Amino acid sequence: MAQIKTGGDGGGRSEPKKYDTRVDFTPMVDMMLLLLTFFMFVTTLSKPQIMDIAMPSDAEIMEDETPKVKESRAITLLLGEEDKVYYYLGKIDESSYSDYTTIKETTYSTRTSNEGLRAILLERNAEAVNQMRELKLERLERGDKMPVEEFNERSNKIKGDIDALTVVIKPLESSNYRNLVDALDEMQICSVGKYAIVDATEGDLFLVENYRTRGAYGEANLIPEAR
Amino acid sequence: MTAMSDVTVLLLTFFILTATFLPPEPFRVVAPASVMEIKIPEYNVMTVLIDLDGKVFLNIDRPDVRLQALEQMASEYGVTITDQQKRVFVEQPFIGVPMNRMPAFLDLPMTEHDAAMRQYGIPNDSTNNQFTDWIQKARAIDSDMKITLKADESTPYPIIEKVMKDLVHIKANRYSFITVLRGAPEGF
Repeated sequence: MAQIKTGGDGGGRSEPKKYDTRVDFTPMVDMMLLLLTFFMFVTTLSKPQIMDIAMPSDAEIMEDETPKVKESRAITLLLGEEDKVYYYLGKIDESSYSDYTTIKETTYSTRTSNEGLRAILLERNAEAVNQMRELKLERLERGDKMPVEEFNERSNKIKGDIDALTVVIKPLESSNYRNLVDALDEMQICSVGKYAIVDATEGDLFLVENYRTRGAYGEANLIPEAR
Repeated sequence: MTAMSDVTVLLLTFFILTATFLPPEPFRVVAPASVMEIKIPEYNVMTVLIDLDGKVFLNIDRPDVRLQALEQMASEYGVTITDQQKRVFVEQPFIGVPMNRMPAFLDLPMTEHDAAMRQYGIPNDSTNNQFTDWIQKARAIDSDMKITLKADESTPYPIIEKVMKDLVHIKANRYSFITVLRGAPEGF
């Protein structure tokens, strides 16, 4: 890097030539910045998210310990094959079993459209959704100064309200893991606080089969006792 | 210019050093997407990896817990593990073979581990449920360990249901699904 003595043959006067000793660092800095951005992205993106689930214990639950739910505010989702969702509202009585229109069919909503499952849940849970929206707006106005505890407490109060929607998720054997996660995701989006993953009963399977065959299955088979 | 390159070098070193490498998985899994924004904890996590045929694999991120659990499992199933095999076991992030095959598996070279593991998985049928044994052992050592489930999004539900039922059966009622982030829809 330093000075290199050249010449010697060009006449007697050997004036050493001065070279510029500074090295150009620009390419190195460019590369550094690229590497830096790469590592920054990789560290934040590689970490997966988690979705917390709390399942009820399989021990016998005492009758008076079961949470009270208004039947009129309940909706049951049956996750079916090929990304289909069947649903019915409230509790089904004897006469509705034979009617194949008791359950309805819908699809999962996408990020850009609220059609399908989300529209149904939003409509039924409008009050809680609006209250949650106000709460989030309030938090935004206060410049994120609202303590997390206060926010959680208030959102739990809204979601746990007796009139808030209760969703029962029953994945059928033909559904897949993504369907389950999508359904749980909708709970988060639609501010549903009371939901549970429950096994499908024989009654549910009967309803779905009856719906698929447009009532033919119900005529040929008896309504199962258990539901 | 010099100051800027100094800062860049410092930041770069910081990010390289803090980068945590995910444990290599025996097979590729595409986790389903969700709007949940909670990140997986850094430490003290058990990951249950489920493949499309229902085989389960378990990762316990703390080597000390993993080793203790192995010792307990070995004595319970009457398998002897040498010190050399224990060292190999700690190096391998995922547990995925039945206990009776464990010593032979640990004698294999590291490069053949993934392929060997994919054949077996931890037995989790009702008569021989070593999967729940592993989790119970690890939870007995540290009850705060978080359980996470990782499966491909196209896994049929009965396979997931089996693992979920097993976990509830050993009173591990709280666990998490591993998902990848997708943006929430407009207005929520």
